Amino acid sequence: MAIRSIDDSVLDLSGPEPRLIGARCRSCGNHTFPVSSGCVKCSGDDMEIVALGSTGELWAWTVQSFPPKAPPYLGNVDKKTFEPYGVGYVSLPEVKVEGRLTESDPEKLSCGMKMSLVTVPLARDDDGTEIVTFGFAPLERGHA
Amino acid sequence: MRDIGVAIVGIGMHPFGRHEGVTGMEQGALAVRRACADAGISWQDVPFAVGGSRDGGNPDRMVTHLGLTGLLFLNVINGCATGGSALITAYNLIRSGAYDLGMAIGYDKHERGAFVPSTQPAGKTDWYGGSGLSLTTQFFAMKINRYMEQHRISHRSLARVAAKAFRNAEKNPMAWRRRSMTEEEILDAPMLSYPLTQYMFCSPGEGGVALALCRADHAHRYTTRPIFLRASVVRSRRFGSFEVLAPSLANIEGEGPTIDASRAAFEEAGVGPEDVDLAQLQDTETGAEIMHMAENGFCADGEQEEMLAKGETEIGGRLPVNTDGGCIANGEPIGASGLRQVYENVLQLRGEAGERQVPGDPKVAYTHVYGSPGISGVTILSR
Repeated sequence: MAIRSIDDSVLDLSGPEPRLIGARCRSCGNHTFPVSSGCVKCSGDDMEIVALGSTGELWAWTVQSFPPKAPPYLGNVDKKTFEPYGVGYVSLPEVKVEGRLTESDPEKLSCGMKMSLVTVPLARDDDGTEIVTFGFAPLERGHA
Repeated sequence: MRDIGVAIVGIGMHPFGRHEGVTGMEQGALAVRRACADAGISWQDVPFAVGGSRDGGNPDRMVTHLGLTGLLFLNVINGCATGGSALITAYNLIRSGAYDLGMAIGYDKHERGAFVPSTQPAGKTDWYGGSGLSLTTQFFAMKINRYMEQHRISHRSLARVAAKAFRNAEKNPMAWRRRSMTEEEILDAPMLSYPLTQYMFCSPGEGGVALALCRADHAHRYTTRPIFLRASVVRSRRFGSFEVLAPSLANIEGEGPTIDASRAAFEEAGVGPEDVDLAQLQDTETGAEIMHMAENGFCADGEQEEMLAKGETEIGGRLPVNTDGGCIANGEPIGASGLRQVYENVLQLRGEAGERQVPGDPKVAYTHVYGSPGISGVTILSR
């Protein structure tokens, strides 16, 4: 089944594992996500494009329990079949990245839990190609 | 150089809520006419105006309702801090000596439902919104959820803030949601974004506010009860802060724009949090009011739990907060919201707030707005 990234410049699916693409400031070493033409820390403008790490700790979270407006949202907005999804910031080694969480039960989410990058299906193109975005899934205990 | 002080000599408001068939701009124009009447002036006397609106059309087009006088009219837009930004602009145009009299105006009229601002420039894929991430409600929920865990704030406190807002609004004829609700009703309502339920959030709404300002030494020409603007500060976010609509955050943690704006405002006014008799604090949702109590210097992190349980932020409490019902009960017409807070403080300092008047003859009042993508505006008023 064909799949494609919602935006190749943000989520790269060309390798064996999905990768988030950010930028690193060559002057101060600070990372941005997504890619930025300048550094938010030192205002430098010498940025290189890099892949970010794919595991980290959950830093803040909530659960999106109502369908977002579409557009811009590409996923299911049917009130009858909408399924709540988690949203959180995960502290990757370089930067905290906001993304969807595969877990949406508040009882099963807590700050500090180990998370890993995954793809999340959103919708299909007319030709059946699946459009995916990125998200984070809890790592099983013992695998972190 | 001696500072030219600035006084608020006229205030006007169009009621907040939803108004079928009335444009946002018409609501703004009514507020202007009321502010002019309050100051005993005509629109024809106003040499400059600064107006803000997100969805109500460019404010300078208001002259077609008010009169084509050739005045300087500046449009400002700064997220939920649009009103605060209109005010700081007007404040400094007078302080600089360039103008003796002018107006700050804000109005808006929004679609129903949560704001979904576009964070991507035209021509780029909106992957952030497309992924279901560009909702301001998510940020507020994440911030208070983390704060509750760190500082032991209960779900009950979230409900107490909303119940207070509706209780205060019951006494405010200009407010939108004027029906009292119990804490249980608020807690049992549908969860929109954990830990926040439906009645803990404000809604996009409609309304208009206008303020007439002049140099302090001219105030007696317009009113016998001038209220002085002691500070008006707007700050944006610094590296390391945790702000709305941010696809990423730095791995270091720093202080946000509210702390910066608050400190600068207290310094400018020459007073401290202990001198403040009442405060209007941005309550996009009830958690925001709780966190903003600490960020604006009125308590330490975690003290809000006890302050709310003891009713210290009620009208009649030690530090009344959001005496007009705040955003929770007035809704949030973005352009008007920050000026609504100032309007309420002027009424309170004049002693004209009627049933919701803060007792004890208040002398110093504080406002704080917070908006996307991480800006805060603070004002300090005194008699």
